[in-house]
Amino acid sequence: MTAAYEAPALRLSQGSPGARILAFGDYQPAKVVTNDDLAKIVDTSDEWIRSRVGIAERRIAGPEETVGDMAVQAGGKALAASGLSPEDIDLVIVATCSVETTIPNQAASVAHRLGVKAPAAFDLNAACAGFCYALETAASAVRAGSARNALVIGAEKMSNWIDWNDRSTCIIFADGAGAAVVTGAAEPGVGPVVWGSAGELADKITVADRRSFIKQEGQAVFRWATTAVAPVALEACERAGIAPDQLAAVVPHQANLRIVDAIARRLKAVNAVVADDIVHSGNTSAASIPMALSRMIERGDVPSGAPALLVGFGAGLSYAAQVIHLP
Amino acid sequence: MAVATEQEILDGLAEIIDEIVGIDKSEVTPEKSFVDDLDIDSLSMVEIAVAAQDKFGVEIPDDKLKDLKTVKDVIVYVQNLQQ
Repeated sequence: MTAAYEAPALRLSQGSPGARILAFGDYQPAKVVTNDDLAKIVDTSDEWIRSRVGIAERRIAGPEETVGDMAVQAGGKALAASGLSPEDIDLVIVATCSVETTIPNQAASVAHRLGVKAPAAFDLNAACAGFCYALETAASAVRAGSARNALVIGAEKMSNWIDWNDRSTCIIFADGAGAAVVTGAAEPGVGPVVWGSAGELADKITVADRRSFIKQEGQAVFRWATTAVAPVALEACERAGIAPDQLAAVVPHQANLRIVDAIARRLKAVNAVVADDIVHSGNTSAASIPMALSRMIERGDVPSGAPALLVGFGAGLSYAAQVIHLP
Repeated sequence: MAVATEQEILDGLAEIIDEIVGIDKSEVTPEKSFVDDLDIDSLSMVEIAVAAQDKFGVEIPDDKLKDLKTVKDVIVYVQNLQQ
């Protein structure tokens, strides 16, 4: 028998009471693909696409343009708008599910290209819920003291997975990136997350392997999104102590305008601007929420400091929601 | 939930369809086809199925939806499961 070992105590990092978002940024590829363009390659029409998914046009990256390239553009814009310099950032997260290769990850090289020196850097895959997952991860790191300032990017080249002969998916998905800079704050500016997954529905949205295309069981996903997501969003409001009628903006993942509308109806956020960025951007998975927010703020649609609800949902199936204060 | 009569299911269904796709209740009659006569698409059918589930306490899964072509089909389906 040895004497009881007295372990030396470990110190913890000094964190922040809260985390808040300093700025958003967005990037879209130059090439616009309209519904009429799609009608030339698959059996569809502008009227059909608008009535089923609410999309008028989308942006598609060029063959040489990568997820990392778009992440750098959106991240750089958010960083510039934040007033911080690249040296201030010590955590970079890229939420994506459409990278060209998984080795190396995107986050480290994206950080390097932005001039961010030796940050903690990793990619995160929660598909269309990815930005909300990454935002919570960054906010938690700032509150815990494991990072001071974080750059959170959602970047997708969903066209990597598009079968241009499949009219049920090629009309929906698109490319782009959005980003946010997260820092410490005395008062919370990122509310408690409500997140989770439904792995029993994992086979409803899939890409089988690198040479395969994205497949989606439209009706099953639509049913889940229009019934299961609104309660998650409402719980995020409740945990943040914000009533739906106090929200200035509701930003659901831009999956399908009919899903966005169904979620908004159930929230009864009567004073909120509801994001409809999908109309001109398509479904850009993890990029859609920060992209929509960045553009809403740029247009002056929403007041600075007001509460906004973010809710991401998609393949996994995965979901996450939180209330933030707008920068 | 008490078993609903054919008329009660029809009225309930007409109410749901009016709410979701804005088709007047009088248009919803048993012989009408959802797709061909009422111009209701597959996503609206999902919304109608979910609302019908809440109203009648009968689950209508996605793989059953494609068999329910007319208003009468839904009435029979609900009645069979309620009994």
